[in-house]
Amino acid sequence: MKKASYTALPYGIYALIFILAPIILILFYSLFYRGDSDFAFTLEHFIRFFNFKEPVYMEVLLRSIKTALISTIICLFLGYPMAFILSRMKPSTRGIVSFLFVLPMWMNFLLRTYAWMTLLENTGVINTLLSSIGLPTINIMYTEGAVIFGNVYNFLPFMILPIYNVLTRIDKSVIEASEDLGANFPKTFLRVIFPLSLPGVSSGITMTFMPAVTTFIISKLLGGGQNAQIGDLIEKQFKSVGDWGFGSALSVILMVMILIAMGIVNKYEKEQSAGGVLL
Amino acid sequence: MKKLSKILKSSYSALVFLFLYAPIVVLIVFSFNESKSRGNWGGFSLKWYESLFHNSEIMEALFNTFLIAVLASLIATVLGTMAAIGINSMNKALQSLFMNVTYLPVLNADIVTGVSLLILFMFLGIPLGRVSLLLAHITFNTPYVILSVMPKLKQMNKHAYEAALDLGCTPLMAIIKVVIPEILPGVITGAILAFTLSIDDFVISFFTTGAGVNTLSITIYSMVRRGIKPEINALSSIMFVVVLLLLVVVNIRSSKDIRKN
Repeated sequence: MKKASYTALPYGIYALIFILAPIILILFYSLFYRGDSDFAFTLEHFIRFFNFKEPVYMEVLLRSIKTALISTIICLFLGYPMAFILSRMKPSTRGIVSFLFVLPMWMNFLLRTYAWMTLLENTGVINTLLSSIGLPTINIMYTEGAVIFGNVYNFLPFMILPIYNVLTRIDKSVIEASEDLGANFPKTFLRVIFPLSLPGVSSGITMTFMPAVTTFIISKLLGGGQNAQIGDLIEKQFKSVGDWGFGSALSVILMVMILIAMGIVNKYEKEQSAGGVLL
Repeated sequence: MKKLSKILKSSYSALVFLFLYAPIVVLIVFSFNESKSRGNWGGFSLKWYESLFHNSEIMEALFNTFLIAVLASLIATVLGTMAAIGINSMNKALQSLFMNVTYLPVLNADIVTGVSLLILFMFLGIPLGRVSLLLAHITFNTPYVILSVMPKLKQMNKHAYEAALDLGCTPLMAIIKVVIPEILPGVITGAILAFTLSIDDFVISFFTTGAGVNTLSITIYSMVRRGIKPEINALSSIMFVVVLLLLVVVNIRSSKDIRKN
């Protein structure tokens, strides 16, 4: 089948120009671009970011990580029980219900987030309902809480589905064996089901944390101006400020951060599976 | 006890679904709203469904969205399927090099992909518009096609292709007559995935399009500041119902197939 490898040639060329070259270019711009087509080696963009006296930009990055972490944890606590309930349903209902989880994603996510504005605003649908039955209103719009809310809303299905997939593949006889050996449900869950579902949990965490940490649109819509994330900062450099060098440096920092996070998750997953073999 | 846990389970599921569907219900309800402002109910009306078809801004964005999605997913499917067949026949080292490059756009943040493509287009002097948008969409679609086709190729019997050659097929004939039919489900999955990713994309399109060329996502984004036009609600409701019907038909057909087997 040697000859067939030539069919990958067009993609090879395409990938060289549109996948590899852009990444090399962004590295190049972060180290050499001084604005107005002036190219010379400079570390100013990275020094500007890693300014420990006035860590404005590092604070934005830390805030993004914090917001994404909180969103991921909430998704995990909301999503795990849902995935568990789903995995215990009859196979026929399971298909329909998991289909219902994917369905909302077919509506444009900007519109869905915008619809939350209609619901959450100070004079919005939820507050009108609350005050009509005499309850105090909630003012969540344009706070960090609103950004977390938007993240949880948009990325919850990405947490539920991988956990659900792993849970349905757990061998039923393992759970029965645990029950036969006298373990009650909490014990079976903690000692058997939960450890076996960890691969799903780790891919769920990756699939929620990664988009949450890099989003720039949810924070812009729901968070207002003060709750800018690292994604907003990058967008601003390219779309309004025009500082491509600094924008590239921020992108490189984000890229490296994601690579490190992926590396940690991969290493953890490998250790998990190695442990599984030993047990 | 058992009854209590059942009630608990159903009410929890109901709450999660309420959370996921609340904004969609709001959108669909307000698409029938007589009043233009969101939040105020002015009575039932179909006027936004009518004026939708006369709104040239939205109609052009809809056209661009489908044009780019159809072209990008078609090109990505051909490019990606060819690539997967080629990669599958490479030696280990070359194979892992190709696959690592393929994973880059999948793992990288959308915003970084978008920004780096913007720099590339500027660097190469490609004007921002439909062409750059198409090139960008092919770039993020092709890896997903490769990743859908690869598992099917790995499952395939290696000797089928060689047997076809021994029986007198040219390599091209063998690929068309033996390999493609075997991997077709993966190719179709990849094409559908590419098409939906293209339709839904905002971030990468936002950075790689030029003035005057808008997709639906970009139009919606620019409207958010001025207030979303009710016509957009009408359009999304139509699209949502169409997708819902399509998925229901596909699901019923596939569950019938399973029962037959």
